[in-house]
Amino acid sequence: MARREHQRIVTWLPPLSPSFVLLGLFVVGPILWCFYAAFTNTAMSGVAARNPRFVGLENFANIVSGTDVGASLWLTVLFVLGSAVVGQNGLGMLLAVFMQRRGRLLRGVVSSIVVAAWVLPEVVAAFAVYAFLNSQGTLNEVLSALGLGQQNWLYTAPMFAIILANVWRGTAFSMLVYQAALSEVPGDLTEAAEVDGAGPVSRFWHVVLPTIRRTVVTNLMLITLQTIGLFGLIYVLTAGGPDNKTRTLPLLMYEQAFKFGQIGYGTAIALVLLVLGAAFSMVYIRSLRAEV
Amino acid sequence: MRPRVVVNLVLAFVALLFLAPLLWLVTASFDANGGLSTRPPTRFTLSNFDAVLTWDVGGRPLVNGLLLSGGAALITVVVAVLAAYPLSRYQLRFRRPFLYSVLFTTGLPITAIMVPVYGLFVRLNLIDSLAGTTVFMAATALPMAIWMSKNFMDGIPVSLEEAAWVDGASPMQALRRIVLPLMLPGLAVVAIFNFISAWGNFFVPFVLLLDPAKQPASVNVFLFFGEHGGVAYGQLAAYSILYTTPVIALYLVVSRALGGGFTMAGAVKA
Repeated sequence: MARREHQRIVTWLPPLSPSFVLLGLFVVGPILWCFYAAFTNTAMSGVAARNPRFVGLENFANIVSGTDVGASLWLTVLFVLGSAVVGQNGLGMLLAVFMQRRGRLLRGVVSSIVVAAWVLPEVVAAFAVYAFLNSQGTLNEVLSALGLGQQNWLYTAPMFAIILANVWRGTAFSMLVYQAALSEVPGDLTEAAEVDGAGPVSRFWHVVLPTIRRTVVTNLMLITLQTIGLFGLIYVLTAGGPDNKTRTLPLLMYEQAFKFGQIGYGTAIALVLLVLGAAFSMVYIRSLRAEV
Repeated sequence: MRPRVVVNLVLAFVALLFLAPLLWLVTASFDANGGLSTRPPTRFTLSNFDAVLTWDVGGRPLVNGLLLSGGAALITVVVAVLAAYPLSRYQLRFRRPFLYSVLFTTGLPITAIMVPVYGLFVRLNLIDSLAGTTVFMAATALPMAIWMSKNFMDGIPVSLEEAAWVDGASPMQALRRIVLPLMLPGLAVVAIFNFISAWGNFFVPFVLLLDPAKQPASVNVFLFFGEHGGVAYGQLAAYSILYTTPVIALYLVVSRALGGGFTMAGAVKA
């Protein structure tokens, strides 16, 4: 190619500079500031707002000694495992597999309904689930029609409620990813296994799953990353309550930094979130590199 | 064929479960006595839509949302295309590390940087600035947009530009006259994709825009829920539908344009 020789700075810097400025100011800058502020006592107002003091590892000592962050971290892990890894990933895979070789009509109808929940804006999705799980909501109406007990799910089982909400909202992504992956599994592979007498379950386990395993890893990383930082859905449904039972890391960070004005401590929590995200993001890039 | 029956039943059951919360939005919005459960309207009415179609509720927040999401999508696409050109066409020493950093950034939870960004906005006096929030949202969408634009541009043969270079066109002229028209469909997808995610973004405007007059629908509909949600469920549902319709329409456009294959597999497979 003609332009593959060494490039002078005047040719590549001007078109790249808007990106450098925007990413530097609004993405890289704030990330670096996290590393600085997490070691200070910066506050929203008062003396500590004007003259933040360097406090070393105090914020992190508070994180380790206190129970807040530990509890929130555990809730975040539960939420990610339950709603993303098991819920969205499992249900998405099940739907994709079950919809193979179904009629066009059935496939179209089921996909459209599942995708519709995904296309809704976050807040609207939260309203829909709020109404569904409320004590006067649809779920209780159905349960009472079946002669089963009713309850206010958002209070009695808040973690279950937000997991259900995120499964409902996010399954479409995994389903679409797996539909695409399954359509690329060579038909002769599964046919050969069928001739050898393998049933549908063993065909899936021994032939299909190994073929698409890289897609599974990539999908798991992507939905984990999308779920770790989830704020709006949980905030609208439970606001972290009742009794902090759904206060995942983003909600704790919001509460400490913006409600209590503890910017330094809130940033230390944000840093925990960032490091978690960075770790999963590394695995994600690895999984892509293996594929390219 | 029993397994087939079981599979169909499972699919129908899951579809029904997914449909139930969605249906409530529709039934409650047309019901004069709309409650929290899904049922055919006892008294059909359009008054819920009428009640939320005021400038303060269904007007200004939607316009703000349009400015915010449209502006962010536009900035993102323009800046991403400019960046994609040297990344796709030139042999640069930092190309691979830069691209991997960009890809790495797409995975980071933006939620986590909102505390420092709030501090930055206070210092730059940008709190309650629609323009500032728009540019910030554009910046956070950039990594994915650069990645996608670069991949689209890689798909366009360089030989077409070489002809233009021979005729004395500068790289930027070649980009505008030859490359851009060819990647227009791809760019439209990137723009719509960004618009949809900005339109639905709650946390960023919730933190950066405190003045109700500046807030987009994503935040305003939540405040409406806090103020009237306890009583006026029909109006809440009607407002939600007004706010959701543009996104559904855009999604249909994109999925049509890509022949139903809008699976985001491109993003996943990179």
